[in-house]
Amino acid sequence: MNDAALITSIAGVLAAAAPVLFAVIGETISERAGVLNLSMNGMILLSAMGSFAVALATDSVVLGFLAGAAIGAFIAFVVAFASLTLRQSQVAVGFVLAQLCRDLSYFLGNPIMGKVGPRISQVPIPVLERIPVLGTIFFRQDAMTYLSFVLIVLAWFFIFKTRPGLVLRGVGERPAAAYIRGANVNRQRYVYAVIGGAIAGLAGPIYSLSIKAGWKGTISGLDGIGWIVLSITIFGGWKPFRAAFGAYLFAFLQWLGLVLQPSLPSVPSQVLQVAPFPLMILTLLFVNIGNAEWVDRSLARLPENVRRDIAKVLRALNATPPAGLGTPFEKE
Amino acid sequence: MQVEVRGITKCFGAVRANDDISFTVPSATIEGILGENGAGKSTLMKILSGFYRPDSGDILLDGKKVEIDDPADAIRQGIGMLHQDPLDFPPLKVIDDFLLGKRGGLLPRRRAVIREFNELAARFDFSIDPESYVDTLTVGERQQLEILRLLWLGARVLILDEPTTGISLPQKEKLFATLKKLAAEGMTVLFVSHKLEDVESLCNRATVLRQGRLVGTMEPPFDTKALVGMMFGKEVPQEPKAQPRMGGTVLHARQVDLEGIRIQIKGVDLKVRAGEVIGLAGMEGSGQTLFLSACAGLAQPVQGSFCLDEEEKDMTGRTYHEFRKRGVAYLPAARLEQALIPGLTLTEHFILAEGMKGFFIDRKKSEELARRRISLFNIKGRPDSPVESLSGGNQQRALLALMRDPLKLILVEHPTRGLDIESTIYIWGKLKERCAHGTAIVFISSDLDEILKYSDRVLVFFAGKVTPPLDARTLSVERLGRLIGGKDWDRLETEAAHA
Amino acid sequence: MRDTRANRLLFQIGAVLFALLVTVLVLFLAGAQPFAAYKYIVLGALGSWDVVTNVLVSWVPLLLATSGLLVTFTVGLWNIGIEGQITLGAVFTTWAMRLLQDSGWNPTLILVLALLAGILGGTLWALLAGVLRTFGGVNEIFGGLGLNFVATALNIWLIFGPWKRPGVASMSGTLPFDRALWMPIAAGSSRLTPATLVMAVVGIIAVYAMIEGTYFGLRLKAVGKNPKAAYILGIPTWQNMMASFAICGVFAGLAGAVQVTAVYHRLIPSISSGYGYLGLMVALLVGYRASLAAPVALFFAALNVGSIQLPIILKLDSSLAGVLQGTLVLFVMLGNGIRARLIKKGT
Repeated sequence: MNDAALITSIAGVLAAAAPVLFAVIGETISERAGVLNLSMNGMILLSAMGSFAVALATDSVVLGFLAGAAIGAFIAFVVAFASLTLRQSQVAVGFVLAQLCRDLSYFLGNPIMGKVGPRISQVPIPVLERIPVLGTIFFRQDAMTYLSFVLIVLAWFFIFKTRPGLVLRGVGERPAAAYIRGANVNRQRYVYAVIGGAIAGLAGPIYSLSIKAGWKGTISGLDGIGWIVLSITIFGGWKPFRAAFGAYLFAFLQWLGLVLQPSLPSVPSQVLQVAPFPLMILTLLFVNIGNAEWVDRSLARLPENVRRDIAKVLRALNATPPAGLGTPFEKE
Repeated sequence: MQVEVRGITKCFGAVRANDDISFTVPSATIEGILGENGAGKSTLMKILSGFYRPDSGDILLDGKKVEIDDPADAIRQGIGMLHQDPLDFPPLKVIDDFLLGKRGGLLPRRRAVIREFNELAARFDFSIDPESYVDTLTVGERQQLEILRLLWLGARVLILDEPTTGISLPQKEKLFATLKKLAAEGMTVLFVSHKLEDVESLCNRATVLRQGRLVGTMEPPFDTKALVGMMFGKEVPQEPKAQPRMGGTVLHARQVDLEGIRIQIKGVDLKVRAGEVIGLAGMEGSGQTLFLSACAGLAQPVQGSFCLDEEEKDMTGRTYHEFRKRGVAYLPAARLEQALIPGLTLTEHFILAEGMKGFFIDRKKSEELARRRISLFNIKGRPDSPVESLSGGNQQRALLALMRDPLKLILVEHPTRGLDIESTIYIWGKLKERCAHGTAIVFISSDLDEILKYSDRVLVFFAGKVTPPLDARTLSVERLGRLIGGKDWDRLETEAAHA
Repeated sequence: MRDTRANRLLFQIGAVLFALLVTVLVLFLAGAQPFAAYKYIVLGALGSWDVVTNVLVSWVPLLLATSGLLVTFTVGLWNIGIEGQITLGAVFTTWAMRLLQDSGWNPTLILVLALLAGILGGTLWALLAGVLRTFGGVNEIFGGLGLNFVATALNIWLIFGPWKRPGVASMSGTLPFDRALWMPIAAGSSRLTPATLVMAVVGIIAVYAMIEGTYFGLRLKAVGKNPKAAYILGIPTWQNMMASFAICGVFAGLAGAVQVTAVYHRLIPSISSGYGYLGLMVALLVGYRASLAAPVALFFAALNVGSIQLPIILKLDSSLAGVLQGTLVLFVMLGNGIRARLIKKGT
């Protein structure tokens, strides 16, 4: 592969990671507040289908994107309502919605299958695009990819540097303590679940109005992305930059699968397409293994310096979820 | 600020937790609120701090009637509450914890807040690094952080709920000095406790609650006997201490080194003999829980070994279940979290603990078993009661009833924490009964009286150091308190050298 | 409000009506005639003896999957990896059949061995999820999802690679087995196999008896409700989790084996037919109670079979069945929540 092709590929990986990034950042915000939104897989499909349908009907990509965000926000609201107000298991509600939204997108998307509709195009940034190498990689993308770069920094800044971000972290870590400090815990959780849902909902239109323009039903290749998003959220340790790294890693692995295809003719293409999925989830093994009891048990007998080094590595890899994740909050 | 309550009544279902309570606390006063568990102290304090709305009655601050919507509203009106388990954020930095909840612009002025924090801390001679993480602090320091935070938010009434339970003697002295200083500056302090000696040494007045009603108020000099009478409505008998009959070794900890998340213990050597009671004292987080769980195989030593029985069977690296097979039982402090299974009935617990043989459950036999144990241990509950419906004391009784026979060693965390005196006496009666049959007991308590009253020998933990076993009969409260606070340790070494 | 049997029933009926109402709206949105759609679903599931037997054919693997999931739910595990366990059951069954089909052995013996191989495959895959969970600290939901993807990849690789049809590999799967190696079909029906029906019924009864009446079942409940306390009470935690993973794997593997030997008679790319996820939905709908699993699974199977003809008759996607099932589970959950809230307020 020559240099130009490589540079274009890197730019392609960045663009391909954009929808995953939106979804991961949205989920991270929601989980930081304590709401696990497991519906991601179906929600992305539904928002992809719904936003394409809206864009097709109105011939407006902007309305398409808004529809995608609205669908994400609505599904997140249902998760929040069922779990925060009605005290149902977040995992159960999320799983049911994941299935329901998936079937709903296939059912409602049937009439618009394979139609050609509007899509967003690349917007090279003047001057900057002419920087060698970097210009192609960073500054000849579409608007949503630019936005995905901004989103990482913005999310990090909000969560770790601002006052409301501090309250957000508090609500997720110890809701009772946030409550006595004046936070309306359930309202905060609703708000961030819905905001997170809206951000994640943009992943759908990024697919259906850009990367994989159109709606192709069960062969869209989008089924499964949502589950990956959830595992990248864990891999990212609920931190935007680490999560972004995970999203780029996933996009890179997918690209690698495509590149390796010609050199591995004996492996069916369907296998390479799903290869990043198990790989991504196996990485969870590395970020979680430090939590396992037997690791402690066997580490205890090692010489002190070895033990410290291993413990240090494990701690760096380890991701601790917000303590209040998934558990309801009762004032008393 | 003067705090007055008038006719406060609060019911939970059929239970009248507060029944027409009225009193006034003038400003610059430290008021002790006494009462046994379930007397209604916590409910009243939670009404004052905005957690509950009273069913009827009024709250007046400086003579003006106020409505308190929620805890945040309470602090806006000047009432701050320090919870028994400080309600803070262990994974956050001290300074973030401190300013969380303070209103203001989008960006917190961290540098200015750090300066204010340090100034405030210096006023009370607290040394907490604002950039450290809350989970690296001791319970006492976390209380100090909460006090600073409440003062910073403008609290003029401070409610403290059982603040002396988890902290060391020096930290307690510091806390009392702080409270006295605050009262002298005009602060009203409500000090909730069931420890008479704390109230007697700190408070300007004491109000006693019993079964939801206010039974009396007393000013110094306090008449201990009268206070006890008010609290319990009767005299509480105290059991004389019996001579232990000690047998052979049941557990031998040999030069054990342990490493916890924030604590390291080096070189503990202990031989536990049949029939004796060993108390582990120290401020919370000094390593005693780590040591106790290692005695049961629930934590692993990095050096040294644990051996069981006369034959010194090496159990190092074995699991709790292997310890259990050899007659070791562990009773954790958090009953509903770690020891009982909410959602299952008493009968089902007995079935599980008994390890009954067979494939299909023998309903008749198991219910008989449950009935027998329930009456034997005087548990207020039925075979089909779910465990979470029992009161704390009855849960603890159920835990004792779940232990199998025969046992060589019982390891208990805080056997009577949160229990009233009657249950405490009952629990220790049952434990001592076991000792009479040759079972050894090792227990943790933060209550010095409990340590001295029930132990034969005592191990004191301080910052990872452990004393050799000390004879409880020759140990005074003062000496124990000083050791817990880290004093006299060098003298201990010279003593050991002479012995 | 008080907690009575009557208002529980009322809320459940309400949830069903609400689910129907929402689906009617969805149908309007799709520009379809709701009543026609419902009519054809009912006809498609009950219209003839043949479709009724098709419902039963679909009920068997669904009930098997649900039975297994009830065991993992009892011990507090979300065995979402069941899809992969079904797939591996089918793969192992196909593997055994391919090895033995030309051996000239008694077909019954071959079928029994193939079923056992399927059980082995499902169990191994479930234990793998268990190992990831107990020794790797990976939550069983994410470990299971990963293993589902691996199972799919493996299945497709086999169909397009080593086990491909002579000539050209295709999405229609491997070459069908000889008719002699099909699970015996009941007289007067085209697909119903009584042996598998017996397996499913015996399976759910066994699971019910085990959870409600045995010491083992009680231990699983204890671990499910509070693993820490169960451990202190002397109940091995991870061993019981592994055991329940294995039991679920047995059921899932059997479901996969049934798909190969009694339904498709070959290995196809989507051999699990989504029965694993659907089984999770059934388990959620019945609130993990084994006593209700069989009828609810039957209803879900009827919806699936009933909507097969929709694309041909009404030009509607057959995923309508999934929409109906999903809304139903969702509204029953919401109904439970609302009811619990009203009861709490009433006291």
